[in-house]
Amino acid sequence: MTVRITADPLDPWHEIAAYQQQYMEQVGQFGATAVFVGTMRDFNQGEAIREMELEYYPGMTERSLHKIIAEAKNRWPVFDCLIIHRCGNLQPREPIMLAAVWSTHRSAGFKACRYLVEELKTRVPLWKKEMLTVGTRWVEPPD
Amino acid sequence: MAITVRFFAHLREQLGSAERQVSVGRTVTVAEVWMIASGGRPIPSSLLMAVNMEYASAETLVQDGDEVAFFPPVTGGEQS
Repeated sequence: MTVRITADPLDPWHEIAAYQQQYMEQVGQFGATAVFVGTMRDFNQGEAIREMELEYYPGMTERSLHKIIAEAKNRWPVFDCLIIHRCGNLQPREPIMLAAVWSTHRSAGFKACRYLVEELKTRVPLWKKEMLTVGTRWVEPPD
Repeated sequence: MAITVRFFAHLREQLGSAERQVSVGRTVTVAEVWMIASGGRPIPSSLLMAVNMEYASAETLVQDGDEVAFFPPVTGGEQS
């Protein structure tokens, strides 16, 4: 499994292809790659967003992601998982995160990938601050 | 030895610092660490807490050398 928080621009499609080539094609048994890519929008809650700052807790953020992947691998028969999440400054239309799961069949892949994304949203130490046209706003989680 | 206390996101902005050292010299609870480190503020109802990078509760015990973090609910991933 690989977990990475990066301040550099993220090209999720390149990362998936590289990871698959480097690690997964040797395995040779995977039939499914389930993928989620999140991209920053330029509009949220009725306001235009100029840019966003993504904060994380070095050490705990990665540990938390590793834990979630371990849980997913325990629940479903998957070969491997990859999660990359941005930190730092983001502009609209930049990819924020990538979650990819390799499995033999699609059922486990879809479910595990969904699990990674949903758990990340509620458990992983990451916080977004939106820079609006006027002022700034810390994003609140949905009720 | 001391307890390292870290604050993140808007909590850090409200309290005016990302990190504080707290010297207590005995085992305390996370709640007590909050009281000392925040200058006696009431605990926000949605506050999340971690001890040595593992989620904890207000009753979790803390000792010198530990790292305690306080932060608001997380908002990673794509926008809801």
